[in-house]
Amino acid sequence: MGFIGSNGNIDIEKIRAEFPILHQSIHGKPLVYLDNAASTQKPNVVIDALVSYYTTINANIHRGIHTLSERATAAFEESRIAVKDFINAKSAEEIIFTRGTTESINLVASTWGRHNISKGDVIVLTAMEHHSNQVPWQMLAKEKEAIIRYIPFNEAGELQLDEYENILKENVKLVAVNHVSNSLGTVNPLKQITSMAKKIGAVVIADGAQATSHLDIDVRDLGVDFYAFSAHKLYGPTGVGVLYGTKSILESMPPYQGGGEMIREVTYDSCSYNELPYKFEAGTPNIADTIALKAALDFVNGIGKSTIRAHEQEVYQHAANLIKDIDGLRIIGEAKDKVSVLSFVVEGIHHQDLGILLDQVGIAIRTGHHCTQPLMSKFKIAGTSRASFAIYNTKEEAEKLVAGIKNALKMLR
Amino acid sequence: MNNTKSITEIQNEIVNEFNFFDEWDEKYGYIIELGKKLPVLEEEHKLSENIIKGCQSQVWLTSEYSDGIIHYKADSDAIIVKGLVSLLIRVYDNHTPDEILSSDLFFLEKIGMMQHLSPTRSNGLAAMAKQIKLIALAYKAKA
Repeated sequence: MGFIGSNGNIDIEKIRAEFPILHQSIHGKPLVYLDNAASTQKPNVVIDALVSYYTTINANIHRGIHTLSERATAAFEESRIAVKDFINAKSAEEIIFTRGTTESINLVASTWGRHNISKGDVIVLTAMEHHSNQVPWQMLAKEKEAIIRYIPFNEAGELQLDEYENILKENVKLVAVNHVSNSLGTVNPLKQITSMAKKIGAVVIADGAQATSHLDIDVRDLGVDFYAFSAHKLYGPTGVGVLYGTKSILESMPPYQGGGEMIREVTYDSCSYNELPYKFEAGTPNIADTIALKAALDFVNGIGKSTIRAHEQEVYQHAANLIKDIDGLRIIGEAKDKVSVLSFVVEGIHHQDLGILLDQVGIAIRTGHHCTQPLMSKFKIAGTSRASFAIYNTKEEAEKLVAGIKNALKMLR
Repeated sequence: MNNTKSITEIQNEIVNEFNFFDEWDEKYGYIIELGKKLPVLEEEHKLSENIIKGCQSQVWLTSEYSDGIIHYKADSDAIIVKGLVSLLIRVYDNHTPDEILSSDLFFLEKIGMMQHLSPTRSNGLAAMAKQIKLIALAYKAKA
């Protein structure tokens, strides 16, 4: 796509030009969008794919014999193949489209979970899960009288695998972990966590919501049984998620929701289910957004994850270096391996006040507990301020953030 | 004693004060100052029944009723919300239940602070405005 300049470096201005939303003012100041861990902005190719779908091929898929339906079906299935390649799954039937990471995890909890977890079984989570990879398991554990154990983390926000090793001596059936922490930015050693779980025959599901925009994902190399992620944190549309599952485990599972598409044959007395992946995709799916997801993946592949991550790390590091000078400020999450998430607290300052004042100068950050309340209580804080950087952010924006924080603190202190 | 100014008059007064501010930082600076000035609510009032929980910050609201007049006291753990809380108290404190129930809340919109009253989970302010009226309704029913 030509985002590499003649000097071999990435041309961020060219990339920014692809994101129309970035070129606006908020409260009279140029928008500085640093809430990318919550949702990234969308490049023109994604927006164009949505418009193109509705203006040229909109029709219901998998059932029409007319041309539009065939074209829409083909585009939808091309997206599935693109996702398969993106995470290096073995076959496209291992890719289930959902509404998002949360639904992907709930699907596993209510199908695989309900059939395989019973009284006294242990489900292992980390102490840094997003509520979406914690609450479904708590609900399942309550229903089945199963036990939940948490892998603890150290002060830097790194998982303590020796503790995990001890937990694995129990009757562990499932390990559910985030690949990257949304509030700390920690990259967890998923391959190692999985191989340890596999030694005792436990199933592993990874929440990849925060990982897919930064890291190359190879589900076969990782060895996980399930991998869940969302399109909207990956420069794609909202309302589309992916659940990867190995063919063998998906085949063993009962369906999730009943309806059209997921059946093979229905009589008044019974029904038989469709094959993978349709067994898990009842009803008309989110066709337009799923098709546009492919455009997002092409965009990301066009730049390359390693280029993306190198740039994000540079901007993150610049911000982290500057921010350390601020009196009373403490960075939360300093793992050796982390993505471009800068979470921090300032002594005596409420994160909401900081967020409101930054918004007044056009800087968008996230404040609060980031849907990780147990993690916050572990650090003995109510919440943090979080700036998260994406491919289109610049060092100048990092400087604006730090200047904005300094000015806000002057007003608040 | 009943407030000599009506709820509408007090709101107009606040709107006039805010008209003096040209810049956002003057406006927010003033709200922060109000937040700092509002006395901290005594621990005995920071009970779970007085708490209005937001996703990010919380508000405590307590009241007393004597001689047909309601007295409100409130606090928040975030300073900008506390400044806005202080303005709400200034508007509603020392009025009768009927005066409170028949009033319209308009000053927040006129001073450009309506975003903080949006019915999202982020702070307890919208719920506080509602709670002020519910308290008035409860006292009226008792009287």
